[in-house]
Amino acid sequence: MRKTMVLVLLLTLTAAVGVFAQSAPPAAGSNLTIGLVMVGPYNDHGWSEANYDGLQYVLAKVPGTKLVYIDKANSSDRPGTTVSQLGESLVAQGAKMVIFSSDDMTDEAIKFAKAHPDIFVILTSGDQQWKEGKNYQPLPNMINIMGKVEYMKMVAGFAAAMTTKTGKIGFLGPLINDETRRLASSAYLGARYAWVHYRHRSVDSLKFKVTWIGFWFNIPGVTSDPTQVADDFFNSGYDVVISGIDTTEAVAEAAKFSAQGKKVWAIPYDYKNAIEEGKGVSLGVPYFNWGPAYVNAAKAAMDGTWVNHFEWNGPYWKNINDPDKSAVGFNKGTLTREVSEDVDRFVGQMARGLDLWEGPLYLQDGTEYLKSGQKATDQQIWYLPQLLKGMEGQSVSK
Amino acid sequence: MRDTPSRRVLFQVGAVVLALLVTTVVLIAAKAPPLAAFANIVQGAFGSWDVTSNVLVAWVPLLLVTSGLLLTFTVGLWNIGIEGQIILGGIFATWALRVYGSSGMSPTVVLILAFVAGMVGGSLWAMLAGALKTFGGVNEIFGGLGLNFVATALNIWLIFGPWKRPGVASMSGTLPFDQRLWMPTVTPQSMLSVPTVIIAVAAIAIVYLMIQGTYFGLRLKAVGKNAKAAYILGIPTWQHMMASFALCGLFAGVAGAVQVTAVYHRLIPSISSGYGYLGLMVAMLINYKAAFAAPVALFFAALNVGSIQLPIVLRLDSSLAGVLQGTLVLFVLLGHGVRQRVLKKPQVVS
Repeated sequence: MRKTMVLVLLLTLTAAVGVFAQSAPPAAGSNLTIGLVMVGPYNDHGWSEANYDGLQYVLAKVPGTKLVYIDKANSSDRPGTTVSQLGESLVAQGAKMVIFSSDDMTDEAIKFAKAHPDIFVILTSGDQQWKEGKNYQPLPNMINIMGKVEYMKMVAGFAAAMTTKTGKIGFLGPLINDETRRLASSAYLGARYAWVHYRHRSVDSLKFKVTWIGFWFNIPGVTSDPTQVADDFFNSGYDVVISGIDTTEAVAEAAKFSAQGKKVWAIPYDYKNAIEEGKGVSLGVPYFNWGPAYVNAAKAAMDGTWVNHFEWNGPYWKNINDPDKSAVGFNKGTLTREVSEDVDRFVGQMARGLDLWEGPLYLQDGTEYLKSGQKATDQQIWYLPQLLKGMEGQSVSK
Repeated sequence: MRDTPSRRVLFQVGAVVLALLVTTVVLIAAKAPPLAAFANIVQGAFGSWDVTSNVLVAWVPLLLVTSGLLLTFTVGLWNIGIEGQIILGGIFATWALRVYGSSGMSPTVVLILAFVAGMVGGSLWAMLAGALKTFGGVNEIFGGLGLNFVATALNIWLIFGPWKRPGVASMSGTLPFDQRLWMPTVTPQSMLSVPTVIIAVAAIAIVYLMIQGTYFGLRLKAVGKNAKAAYILGIPTWQHMMASFALCGLFAGVAGAVQVTAVYHRLIPSISSGYGYLGLMVAMLINYKAAFAAPVALFFAALNVGSIQLPIVLRLDSSLAGVLQGTLVLFVLLGHGVRQRVLKKPQVVS
């Protein structure tokens, strides 16, 4: 009798601990409504549309999934709302998994994940679930997903440096943070490699300037106007502008200048078909292919194998544009045949192990970042503290 | 035809019906089902306790702002600078939280300080518009508009500059405050903070009583009806205008403090959420009568929150709520004008 009582007591205790210990939400089963919160318009030909397309891929590949979404989830476009409130609106429409697809939503996504332990949460581009990261904050219902688009930014920088006639490349940057520093720097590394190893010029003769507008897209009166910044680049001899923002102003301006007879080019970002806007002036686009990672997450939510984690997915080197396998890609645009072949050769080199994040590398202020022969760890790349030596532009927001 | 209360109501109802009709036409032109759109707004505002509590969250700052505006309208002033006054309230409240948040004081005391700071910030900014008018001869509409731009710029400079997150200037605002400095909410999931609701209700009650039942209110009305006559009768005119500015700014500052401490828990670039302009519309819609402020502000808040459903369910832009609000105000003002032309005032028998 006493044994039974002890057993019952133990079982009760275990159950109680189980209830109170944080755990992932229960499996969603064969039907899953996914809520997507996008920072910009769903058809922005940039970051938000790439995410939207990723979800369309999920709907096509995973039976039983449904999508509800809200776009323009930022306090300028939707005054008075909070991002977590918008997430709740999606839950009210049946969402069991909510994707907050912007770094800008970090605080609100964390607030939401804590308040809704029964909802699967993806914070795209965040690092909160990275055990080795600086901002580790374990939440059982949260996954962070990011693509290693750094490689494709290198390809973008490479194509820019192979094409420029003036040796001056502009980088239209969003706001200054770890992510944007490492992306601008990756573009520079690719450009420098092309300049020195393919075009056999001295490293000092390459001008690479970063101008930040203040946010991922233009907010009149708040950010600098990206159209104006792109114009300034083209007017001051920078003949290739690599865009780091989520919208396509750089390409539009390149097309405008090109129509006036100037030889200029641009490289958009984020979205595979972003080059369509600037036929003839767009050299190509480094893009995200969110579909496969979102499929994995949706399946994990449905079959109960969800474990909170961080993933930073690389390209599928055999075919960087494989829609089912590659998390990032580079869609070639208007390149000369020679440059196009060189781009392929460069991608091949990286596939075989060429690592541009290898020392000696110096930060912008001259301090040593990587010793000769030293390869950067994922943490060193993710949390790049400054731009690199050789780049012009602000490293830290003042 | 005589102007009687029942006919006045008839005109108001007519205006609402016309506004709904125009919005319906806009919807049909956009190839959207009007009934479904209206049903979704209602569902999105009152379909569950969660969404209704969000309506109340929006109602609080809107009602506070409207309360303040009733005072400036009473004295005959167009306080367009209200947006800036909310922003300054938010900035001053953030400043107080930053300074006293880690001082070891109890969170309640710090929050009270933040609200007081918000009041001071909003009030000072409003008095600046008042001073520009009184001493500089700058019409309060232009002065206020200019000060709104300055307030926005100041706010963004703080967020991107001195108050930025470590190493990152982010549009998502300053770092969130420590959780103990958040206004208490009904449940951990909710954003609704009962003390802020009480403050908002108290604000409109105070304004109602002030206008209806005090000499100060009577003098404000006198200045508003005819400033010259009031001056000749011995009412210090500019002092009353200044006082109404200061009080209006105070209420706007509280709204800013609410946004910072209860809604966003940080300072964000668009901290005023457009409640200032919305408050102006509410005040116009109720013909500056404090008694109707609470329900009409609730209606506007419901439209704002409910319209979030439009992009989610019907793929419509949620700015439709703005169309409805705007046409509503237009038609009510139009109705007011038509009424004055068509209907005669009842004769006062002396």
